[in-house]
Amino acid sequence: MTEVPPGYFLALAGLLFTVGVVGVLVRRNAIVIFMFIELMLNAVNLFFVTFARMQGNLEGQVLVFFVLVVAAAEVVVGLALILLIARRRASLDVDNVRLLKW
Amino acid sequence: MSAPSGFAFLAAAVVGVPLASAVLLMFFGKRVGKVSAFVASGAIGLSFLSGLIMFFRMLGEPGEERSFVIKLFDWISVGDFQANAEFLVDPLSIVMVLVVSGVGALIHVYSIGYMEQDDRYARFFAYLNLFCAAMLILVLADNLVLLFVGWEGVGLCSYLLIGFWFEREAAAAAAKKAFIVNRIGDFSFLLGIFLIADEIGSLSVSEINAGAATMGATLATIGALLLFGGATGKSAQIPLYVWLPDAMEGPTPVSALIHAATMVTAGVYVVVRFSPLFEAGGATALTVVAWIGALTALWAALMAAFEYDIKRVLAYSTISQLGYMFIASGVAGYSIGIFHLVTHAFFKALMFLGAGAVMHALAGETDMRKMGGLRKAMPVVGFTFAAGWLAISGIFPFAGFWSKDAILAVAWEDGQYALWALGLLTAALTAFYMSRMYFRVFEGDLKVPDGVHVHDAPMTMAAALVPLGVLSVVGGFINLPGVLTFEHFLEPVLGEPEVPHGLMAWVLAFEALAVALAGILVARALYLRAGGAARRERLAAVAPWFVTAARDKFYVDRFYGRTIVAPGKAFARFCASTFDTRVVDGLVNGVAWVIGSSSRTGRHVQTGYVRNYAVALLLGVVVIVSFMFLRVAV
Repeated sequence: MTEVPPGYFLALAGLLFTVGVVGVLVRRNAIVIFMFIELMLNAVNLFFVTFARMQGNLEGQVLVFFVLVVAAAEVVVGLALILLIARRRASLDVDNVRLLKW
Repeated sequence: MSAPSGFAFLAAAVVGVPLASAVLLMFFGKRVGKVSAFVASGAIGLSFLSGLIMFFRMLGEPGEERSFVIKLFDWISVGDFQANAEFLVDPLSIVMVLVVSGVGALIHVYSIGYMEQDDRYARFFAYLNLFCAAMLILVLADNLVLLFVGWEGVGLCSYLLIGFWFEREAAAAAAKKAFIVNRIGDFSFLLGIFLIADEIGSLSVSEINAGAATMGATLATIGALLLFGGATGKSAQIPLYVWLPDAMEGPTPVSALIHAATMVTAGVYVVVRFSPLFEAGGATALTVVAWIGALTALWAALMAAFEYDIKRVLAYSTISQLGYMFIASGVAGYSIGIFHLVTHAFFKALMFLGAGAVMHALAGETDMRKMGGLRKAMPVVGFTFAAGWLAISGIFPFAGFWSKDAILAVAWEDGQYALWALGLLTAALTAFYMSRMYFRVFEGDLKVPDGVHVHDAPMTMAAALVPLGVLSVVGGFINLPGVLTFEHFLEPVLGEPEVPHGLMAWVLAFEALAVALAGILVARALYLRAGGAARRERLAAVAPWFVTAARDKFYVDRFYGRTIVAPGKAFARFCASTFDTRVVDGLVNGVAWVIGSSSRTGRHVQTGYVRNYAVALLLGVVVIVSFMFLRVAV
């Protein structure tokens, strides 16, 4: 059985990352933006794993665990914030949250 | 040369005790009240005592070994340059120490009575002590930097004490005038210090005097004249003498101490102290010194002859006598200049204190047209003042006769006949205006302002007048011709002046005595004898324009007002109203406006939309990443 070349993984990861970036930029729903951020994180994870394999060591794979832990923590804080905003404003539209401006 | 044991302590005490007393009185003076006078007098008395002990122990050393440098502590040390807190104790400085602390002590005692009614009693004594400490630093300093500390210190105290009654506008203005005019001189003095420091690389007295010859004639002359510029300010010589007459607004003991006996002689002291520097550039510097002195002596004597205010007459007289001291220094008769400085300190302090006693008795009156015949009403003041009058007039055997005659003789011997003639003319004028003052105030019929009950000087004031009176009579004997104790004492430092010998000395002495007697007789005819008023009018009618000019200080104050003060004020006004509000404020406000308006525009970047920030973030990442890629690629 032939291996899938690493280029494919990289292309997929790049695609996922781009989707994540565009999603963060164009969507207004806070939950959705949040999901796109997770998507970007996972795209990066994929990069790490791929590169780790290409290099033939474990450092990239170890880093993935760190990213996962950080992402989990981020989810806790982020969801708490979103929940509070949703309670106060009865809306998840981030464009409504623009008090800090000129 | 190592100083005898205990000298360091004594020298520190000479300056330290009055200084400590001044600090103490400034902080606790109000609390101790009248006691402050005794603290202050005791402090300066101790200082005098220390000086006296040093003097007598110095006499125990052989003549050539009477110069000690006493290092108190390291002060300024930058690279090779050293300026330490070091005192130079030698015959010249010890003479000055004794004059300053001795006359100072008597004036402190006098002030106990004179200032009795004043609200700021303790502050007055604190200032007096501070002045004495600064003056003692000045005369004892072994380098120009420390000397300058004392120099500025006495200037500051002079300012504070002239303006002691600052509620009076005239006193406040006089204090400012004295300070500012002195600053002009000080600027020149400071430039001189810089030049010397640059050329010689050291500011200690011995090294300046030893290195002066290596400076080159031109630079040495410039340095000497710059120092002399400072001296003209402090010692009230042409062209910076204008502050001294106005300084009479201060309390009279201040006039006696600062503006007659001590501070104003600082200029003479500096010229004498650095005499090798003045000689190093050939005759130019000393000639300037002598001529400025001679012209000032005559100029001030002319104004004194037309003045009605007793203190101002004495002020002009002081300027004139300081001129004599500069004549003496200018013809290389340094020890004779110092001799006159000492005798002048005695009789001029005496006369100021006498004038103060008169004012004290006459409720502050200073116009001598409203006085007369006071000798019978206040005998102590009258007789001591008479001693001062005869001394300054140069009557044998009073103190002034010996020193003034010596100055004229040394000028003659130096071949400076023009200076000698000017000095002789001034001597006649001095005798005239002093007699005029004495006759008007103390002789004739009793005349006092209305409603004043005349009383003689109180005990404390008499306690200062009598010793000074005695010194005015016998003070000249410290340097009797032939014996020359004083000159020999100063010889190791200042060398031996060339004086005429034999018949010429007698002729010159009699000539000086004759002109003095002539001056007194003229004054007697004009002010004491019947018909004097008519004679005065006839005399004034000869040259009325001259009388007007002399009464108006020969228009010098007006001239300075027009040419220096008015343009200076106009420039200050321009700076305040135009330059400061337009240019400086404009610059400051302009910067604020630029920042304000640019941030008014720039703040719109902050939209509050999260996605805008996200785009910015992304762009930033793109830029950084592409930069790194490019770096790797290139």
